[in-house]
Amino acid sequence: MKSYHALIIGGGGTGGALAHDLALRGLKVTLVERGEVTSGTTGRHHGLLHSGGRYAVKDKESAVECIEENLILRKVMPGTFEENDGLFVAITEEDVEYSRLFIEGCTDCGIPTHQLTREQALAIEPNLSPNLILAVQIPDATMDAMRMALRFFATAKHNGAEFKTYTEVLDVEKTGGTVTGVRVVDHRSGKESVINADIVINAAGPWSGKVADMVGVEVPIRPSPGVMLALEGRLCNMVINRMTPSGDGDIVVPQRGLSVIGTSSWVVDDPDNLGLPSDHIEKMYAEGEKMIPAVRKAPFRAAWSAARPLIGPRGADTGRELSRTFKCFDHVDEGVEGFVTITGGKATTARGMAEATANVVCQKLGVDAPCRTREVVMLPHTAYFTG
Amino acid sequence: MTKEITFKVFRYKQGDPAPHYDRFTVPCDENTTVLIAMQDIRRDQDPTLMLRHSCHHASCGTCGMRINGKEELSCVVKVLDLGTPTVTVEPLENLPLISDLVVDMTGFYQRYTAARMPYIRQSEFNPGAEPPEGIDRYTRYENCIECGLCLSACPVAGSDAEYLGPAAMAAAWRAVEEPRNGDGKHALNWVDNEHGCWRCHIAFECSEVCPSNVDPAAGIMNLRRKLTGSSLLRLFGIKR
Repeated sequence: MKSYHALIIGGGGTGGALAHDLALRGLKVTLVERGEVTSGTTGRHHGLLHSGGRYAVKDKESAVECIEENLILRKVMPGTFEENDGLFVAITEEDVEYSRLFIEGCTDCGIPTHQLTREQALAIEPNLSPNLILAVQIPDATMDAMRMALRFFATAKHNGAEFKTYTEVLDVEKTGGTVTGVRVVDHRSGKESVINADIVINAAGPWSGKVADMVGVEVPIRPSPGVMLALEGRLCNMVINRMTPSGDGDIVVPQRGLSVIGTSSWVVDDPDNLGLPSDHIEKMYAEGEKMIPAVRKAPFRAAWSAARPLIGPRGADTGRELSRTFKCFDHVDEGVEGFVTITGGKATTARGMAEATANVVCQKLGVDAPCRTREVVMLPHTAYFTG
Repeated sequence: MTKEITFKVFRYKQGDPAPHYDRFTVPCDENTTVLIAMQDIRRDQDPTLMLRHSCHHASCGTCGMRINGKEELSCVVKVLDLGTPTVTVEPLENLPLISDLVVDMTGFYQRYTAARMPYIRQSEFNPGAEPPEGIDRYTRYENCIECGLCLSACPVAGSDAEYLGPAAMAAAWRAVEEPRNGDGKHALNWVDNEHGCWRCHIAFECSEVCPSNVDPAAGIMNLRRKLTGSSLLRLFGIKR
């Protein structure tokens, strides 16, 4: 039976980035995913490559991670991002007050800012509200959520990683206190099998609590969904953020001929059962039109929910207070060897999360190989299918 | 308002002698899309149901299927808007079937990438707007979301397995129309044959089902015009 150095559970951006990192370090990697790759949270976000501005006031650790990764990803994924920058727009005196904290926070975190007058901002984004007072330009960019992540998968595949989609984990195999592999079912045929590996990595995002339960370890994950609204028509070329503390409907992201407004935040138990509250959809219109009045009249395209994998005690209730940063758990302190969980984080920081996790994996396996994902330019997303 | 809707879903697992249909009843409200109904079936009734999906807002192109016989992105089709008591859901045509609602996109992408169309194009939105300092010009993504609906709906693709197909030729036209980092000649040569732009029957089914307004049929016609123009010029000894 074929055996792998590393087996990753979960085919989202985190799992893909980790497969890419480990494959570049010469490991034999496989990844199992119960559906198509990027079918969980990864494909569903609004498509923002964070500058870190959104976190610069209250969550500096996340902000610094974002700007570092933002600059790395532009280099290693050329052609993936619309590099049109972003604006934080102040439309009330309270917003203007916040802009001082904002600029200060950005400066502390190494995020470049450029303050624009009302006239300057309206000249570059004419659909902005006439109530605009000032705007601050920051290096946000936009991505196609799925296609950005597919570049990790494409490059990892090229470097020998094997992806088993439609392959669901039924149970985790253990010998004594050591995880030795997983029992899976291939939904294409209904056939069950066991895949062995020296180490198993839980990268199941909002589902990582369920995977951890199979092993009998604790992962403090809170599936925290948000509602997003896509409208027909591109209402802006830059990412438009509200100059307020993080809140509902504080961003409009242009994507192809669509404009995506995000997002709300609450907490659920089952990441497969998010629902789609109608009042949250209305909230996106109401907050979005404060920044871009044309939001209200733009034809509806879609509304949907996506679950963030936030880290926090099982018990918090809105999800807003949880840090956006990621955590890598080695479960050896719970008496389980050969099993690591990576969770939290966001698309912008997926590469960095993977680097931190791959360091832990390599150390546990006694592999001495440096991370190369900061330099290696990735294949286009299409290579995932053609490669 | 919640209504019980019956879904007649195409099923096939590798090793089955033949495909069949399964019926599932799902409570649907005004926000329930066909995609959400399929995921609800997967969660509550049959965890072996296979489908592709990712963005849930018609931007990734993975959730294409035939809904009541018509190619659609299942994430933007609201079940109650269909107005039928039973909704039939089947995989796309003219692409190899893997299982249930999942088709193999390998061949699609091999042809789609052959035209070498760059993924980022110049933005045509807010043409009066001046990009800010540090940005030469606004960019945006190409419209095509690689969903394969056009290929599934194309009558020629059903009869000629080597036909390049609408999406790939729409990409070729984009590479000619806005060459960016090339001159478009490669794309023109690539479509100039009996399985390329000359094979199209002008059925316009592709443009009809395209969820992104790419209008592949117009692209194919433009390629023909460009090629005809070039050969006329050659006839008169003018090189372009």
